[in-house]
Amino acid sequence: MGMRRVAVIGAGMTRFVRRAKETPKELSFEATRMALDSCEMTRDDIDCVVHGTAPDAFDGVHMKAEYLCDGSGGVGKPYTRNYVGGGTGVFAPIQGWYHIASGMFDTCLVVCEEKMSSCQPHPQGAFLTIFDHTTERALGPNLLWIFALEMNRYMQTHGITLEEIAAVSVQNKGNALDHPCAQLGKKTTVKEVLESEVLAWPVHREMVSPTSDGAVALVLASEEVARRATPKPVWIDGVGWTLDTAYWCTRDLYYPRYVETAARMAYDMAGITEPDRQIDIAEPYDPFAYKMLHHMEGLMLCGKGQAPKLVADGVTARHGRLPCCPSGGLLGVGNPIAAAGLMKIAELFWQLRGEAGKRQVPGTPRKGVAQAWGDLMQVGTVVVMGA
Amino acid sequence: MGLIQKSSSNQELRHYRGNIPVGNLYTAGIAGDRFFVDLRDKGRLLGTRCPSCERTFVPARHFCEECFTRLEEYVPVPSSGTVHSLTAAHVDLDGKPLDPPHVLAFITFEGCAGGLVHRLGGAPGQSFRIGDRVEMVLKDRKKRTGGINDIEHFRPAKGSRR
Amino acid sequence: MAKRVRSMQDFDFRGTALSADEFSKGKVITTTGEPHAEYAWDCGPAISRYLEELRNGRLIARWCKRCNRTMLPPRMFCELCWCPTTEWRFVRDTGIVNTFSLCNITWDMKPLKTPQIPAVIEIDGASAGMGIMHLIGGCDPRKVRIGMKVKAVWKPAAEREGAITDILHFTPA
Repeated sequence: MGMRRVAVIGAGMTRFVRRAKETPKELSFEATRMALDSCEMTRDDIDCVVHGTAPDAFDGVHMKAEYLCDGSGGVGKPYTRNYVGGGTGVFAPIQGWYHIASGMFDTCLVVCEEKMSSCQPHPQGAFLTIFDHTTERALGPNLLWIFALEMNRYMQTHGITLEEIAAVSVQNKGNALDHPCAQLGKKTTVKEVLESEVLAWPVHREMVSPTSDGAVALVLASEEVARRATPKPVWIDGVGWTLDTAYWCTRDLYYPRYVETAARMAYDMAGITEPDRQIDIAEPYDPFAYKMLHHMEGLMLCGKGQAPKLVADGVTARHGRLPCCPSGGLLGVGNPIAAAGLMKIAELFWQLRGEAGKRQVPGTPRKGVAQAWGDLMQVGTVVVMGA
Repeated sequence: MGLIQKSSSNQELRHYRGNIPVGNLYTAGIAGDRFFVDLRDKGRLLGTRCPSCERTFVPARHFCEECFTRLEEYVPVPSSGTVHSLTAAHVDLDGKPLDPPHVLAFITFEGCAGGLVHRLGGAPGQSFRIGDRVEMVLKDRKKRTGGINDIEHFRPAKGSRR
Repeated sequence: MAKRVRSMQDFDFRGTALSADEFSKGKVITTTGEPHAEYAWDCGPAISRYLEELRNGRLIARWCKRCNRTMLPPRMFCELCWCPTTEWRFVRDTGIVNTFSLCNITWDMKPLKTPQIPAVIEIDGASAGMGIMHLIGGCDPRKVRIGMKVKAVWKPAAEREGAITDILHFTPA
């Protein structure tokens, strides 16, 4: 396709916390500073900056990318913001990728930030407008409705049990215990998850990721720069993104078609023909416990309805054949929307370099896939990375 | 309809009313917290110094956006400055007349980068020009809450002349 | 640019966690803001007619000639084949439950005394899989099932205002 290879050469993040003292731009700065330090670069080495951040209403700053620009190293540089809802954190590196793949730039900072604690009384208020204002919002919906409706449809279609879904919370929160930035890492049990409050049946409180503040940053580079900058570049082998129809009641909610389409695009580019065999490590998007399973199926890491069995059999555990969410995911590390997606890319970067410390998956993982999802349950964003 | 014609019939079309029902609670941040606590408790302006470009930023900020260094050296700066630019607001946000007009200025501080936007005040009928020396007038200690309005306004500096 | 690699383990992670009290009771410096974001959203021709027919106690759809799809809610163009839709078609006010939830909280996480039962309902007479979101009511929440037949319960004609809430809820048929 005439495009250049692009590598991730540095990564940084802040702790994910319920309420941060730092301002949004201070959070962005700390993540970005760490990303630059991790590859011994300065702002002068950076050609352009991509910022990913979700609704302005969270931070309570309209046109917030402009406000965040100085904290993400963008002053005086080509700078853009992207926003595809929850999918943003995996779309931001895709936008960074095409800045470099196109040949236009050699280095790009990719920064994602969210400060949801600013949004009162609850960040859900900023999500209410995703429902059609006339035909849906008049019914008094809340955001949990669509997830509960999707989860119920998914469970019913395949005969999946609540216990099987609770096992995802247990796995991811357990994995997060080993993440130094995690907000909700803990040892828990299926019983505890199922004894937690039912928010919107079948969704239990312990199956939902928290609201969080935090930031994550990456440094991307062209092949030439990457080879000079680091002995361990991690390549972006494939990217994909698609949006399904906004008439969400018309789609069958049991299967994330939008993820499959995006994954096919990314796998084609990366030369992946059998994802279940060729992918060593995965970070599917898990804002809700069932979503990790749903997205594993959309990513074609297993057949439709087969994901719960992989979790039950330990295949997706950190030491399993196909570790899924070894970071601890959104359920464990936290969910500052855009930053949560980019955290998954950072996790693949650390894992594929063998730098994930206590979280390191065994063996020598060579290929990873990360994915995020958002908007009105309709966007799929996928990145395939290779050591 | 021409570009400058207004449609006044919008509300007669079929529409549905709604809102985004959120408010915001913002932290002042790492540097902002230090700045406002110092202003409230000690009545002074705090800046941060960049070890790389050697600029001192007022108000204090947590990082230098050019050098991208973390700023950890907090220094008090003089509370009198210079009117860098000013304007007089003759109407409020709702278009109601303001009498006397509110005089607002961007005030810079010698040897410092950045500055403060604030009100100018003083004796009735006081006039201001760009380049005037001005000094900070604080509210009483008991009335200060740790916000930009702990500063009442800036007034002509003692002994300053045009 | 140096070749030294600094791993994740070499860093002290930044980010300062505040407790709920520190945050909301003035232990740190904070300010507040109110965006006052109030809107009047135009409904457009398809939804305006949909609302008008709800006032009449009927559900109306639009038909795409090329895809042979009868679409609900009605729309002036087909998002799949990207052609204008050509015909209005009335559909029934009955359907089957595609999926549902029992919701115990409000959007700002306050408990609800009576759970709401949001559902996607596939409407009879619309094309297969064409659902709308609405509420289920007038029945024991424990008896709601995917695949259950339901029918609309309308407000009395005099009280209807041309809104989706002119249907109070769907109830087992």
